[in-house]
Amino acid sequence: MKVHEYQAKEILRRYGVPTPTGRVTDSPEEARQIAKDLGGRAVVKAQIHAGGRGKGGGVKLAKSPDEAFEAAKAIIGMQLVTHQTGPEGRKVKKVLVEAAADIAQELYLGITLDRAIGKPVLMASKFGGMEIEEVAHRDPTAILKEPFDAIAGLQPFQARKVAYALGLTGETHKKAVPFLLALAKAYVETDCSLAEINPLMITGSGDVVALDAKMNFDDNALFRHLDIKEYRDLDEEDPLEVEASKFNLNYIKLDGNVGCMVNGAGLAMSTMDIIQYAGGSPANFLDVGGGANEEQVRNAMRIILSDPNVKGVLINIFGGIMRCDIIASGVVKAVKEIGCTIPVVVRLEGTNVEEGKAILRDSGLAVIPADGMKDAAEKIIAAVAKGGN
Amino acid sequence: MASWLSTETKVVVQGLTGREGKFHALAGRDYGTQVVAGVTPGKGGSNVEGILVFNTVHEAVAETGANASLLFVPPPAAADGIMEAADAGVALIIAITEGIPVNDMIRVKAFLADRPNVRLVGPNCPGVIRPSAKVKLGIMPARIHRPGKVGIVSRSGTLTYEAVGQTTALGLGQSTCIGIGGDPVNGTNFIDCLQMFKDDPETEAIIMIGEIGGSAEEEAAAWIQANLKKPVASFIAGRTAPPGRRMGHAGAIISGGKGTATEKVAALRAAGVLVADSPALIGETLLKAIKG
Ligand SMILES: Nc1ncnc2c1ncn2[C@@H]1O[C@H](COP(=O)(O)OP(=O)(O)OP(=O)(O)O)[C@@H](O)[C@H]1O
Ligand SMILES: [Mg+2]
Repeated sequence: MKVHEYQAKEILRRYGVPTPTGRVTDSPEEARQIAKDLGGRAVVKAQIHAGGRGKGGGVKLAKSPDEAFEAAKAIIGMQLVTHQTGPEGRKVKKVLVEAAADIAQELYLGITLDRAIGKPVLMASKFGGMEIEEVAHRDPTAILKEPFDAIAGLQPFQARKVAYALGLTGETHKKAVPFLLALAKAYVETDCSLAEINPLMITGSGDVVALDAKMNFDDNALFRHLDIKEYRDLDEEDPLEVEASKFNLNYIKLDGNVGCMVNGAGLAMSTMDIIQYAGGSPANFLDVGGGANEEQVRNAMRIILSDPNVKGVLINIFGGIMRCDIIASGVVKAVKEIGCTIPVVVRLEGTNVEEGKAILRDSGLAVIPADGMKDAAEKIIAAVAKGGN
Repeated sequence: MASWLSTETKVVVQGLTGREGKFHALAGRDYGTQVVAGVTPGKGGSNVEGILVFNTVHEAVAETGANASLLFVPPPAAADGIMEAADAGVALIIAITEGIPVNDMIRVKAFLADRPNVRLVGPNCPGVIRPSAKVKLGIMPARIHRPGKVGIVSRSGTLTYEAVGQTTALGLGQSTCIGIGGDPVNGTNFIDCLQMFKDDPETEAIIMIGEIGGSAEEEAAAWIQANLKKPVASFIAGRTAPPGRRMGHAGAIISGGKGTATEKVAALRAAGVLVADSPALIGETLLKAIKG
């Protein structure tokens, strides 16, 4: 799960990570007041779940409360386009108004899981403020990596080592060490999958401050962080994906016209792949999961069909935990309920396959049966082409 | 060392009294697996279709001699269940549970580091099956398998069944099939399985099925090139997956431009592995690899 910058900063402050003072608002009037409270100069920052806001015009420096009002007025409600939002951009609902800082240096810090070793790794670079991927691409040695033990936590010697490698000395070094320890503690204790500070600011007077903060959380661990779960912002997610998540369905919307319903993530991905291989293009990823019930299958079908781009549906089930009869009766119910008029190709295999096929056969619906994935992909693409409007 | 399963394998099912636990324990028993016990804290003394239920894994092991565990414990308690089985001396733990927090798995790995004789397979996996011994610890449909010579290892459950179906149709059959699971931190990796297949006299050819995310396929490719003479075919799922999105599996994500299918396919091909372009061609690709 992703959260907004202002929410990530709230969490980090609880762990003792210094951030600029500021407040979030959805009103330009209030933005003016916040700037006044901060002493006049402020930075107004769009709050969306995507990076690259600065380059896209979503971060503005205001030299007075009136300028803060103008900046907030321009940003709130805008459709902010960045390299991560896609061309349609993301509507900004809130801005964070923060004290404008006196920046001497911008560094980069990030913590994520190093899968190859099964440990969190602290990454740091002198080149903050920019696309860290670009930096990594140009010069991989510019990013320092310090893996640490998640159970013991980041140790002070590691924090000292990283702070020295960042070129920090004296009082600044002394402030950087607790900063790093606090960030690592927050990462582990809140079950983050990513904690990124870019830029990490060194002020003119040598203070160490998180100017920006990005935190992603392990969805599987949210059950023990109900406070963080509260931060979920459904407006930042695709409406169909939100709808699917209500039924514990794993749905990701794509751009094509062949809807897919599959059990198992690997098979769902390769169903998308084979649709493309056969000359079509997938409209979505959808894994109905291991133990899906009829109700979930019915909703899965409804969600696929509510995407207006979908011109045909491929159902590909290889039952293990999932039983084919459950899929079949869910599909039959959904199709009857919605009155689906586009072609549906069904490929069933595995647990209770005969019962599943019988349910489809006896339903009287015009579903097209298929043998194997290749046959299924070819049939749905042919049927969509024939329907071709 | 041969397959991790044999006719000596005696299974304790953790979470036997749950819906999925019961369904698959009984399916395994029907197939021929010795399912000797179940564990559900608080339900000790009851039984599920003749399978005795114990409160602790330690008791189950002491009473029945169970030497393998099949785990269906719900995510918040699953890591605890794995560690309990390891502590009770169960040598092979197959964790089916999906949705275990990464930090819990990191703790499990640290716990297992002190117990080098314990093998954990999974979590978030379909399990392991050896058709020649009629042993199945997992959720795979038994009827698609045939005793034979292909070792199959995969990060995905249902995609494994696809490969099984194709090798059965081609008359090759399977030696041992292993799902290592779709999570970013897991117990057994590709190389552990490839090493076993290398030493397993029953295995004459290998299918390795990977997917986007992480670098396990690249590491396996390097190992294959240096160590393996048996023919290997592969498929990588997720060529059409958009970057930055988790494709169902917690571990299936292209992040920071890393972990793409293209990179993995290239690494495998460079190591001499034949990679199928389509999931429908996994079996045929293996035939080509066998013919050399
Ligand atoms: N409080 C502040 N005072 C002064 N300058 C700031 C402040 N906050 C941000 N900036 C400047 O704006 C730049 C961009 O800000 P920030 O890093 O928060 O957004 P971004 O990187 O464009 O967005 P994203 O993190 O979404 O990619 C910073 O590198 C910094 O130079
Ligand atoms: Mg930034």
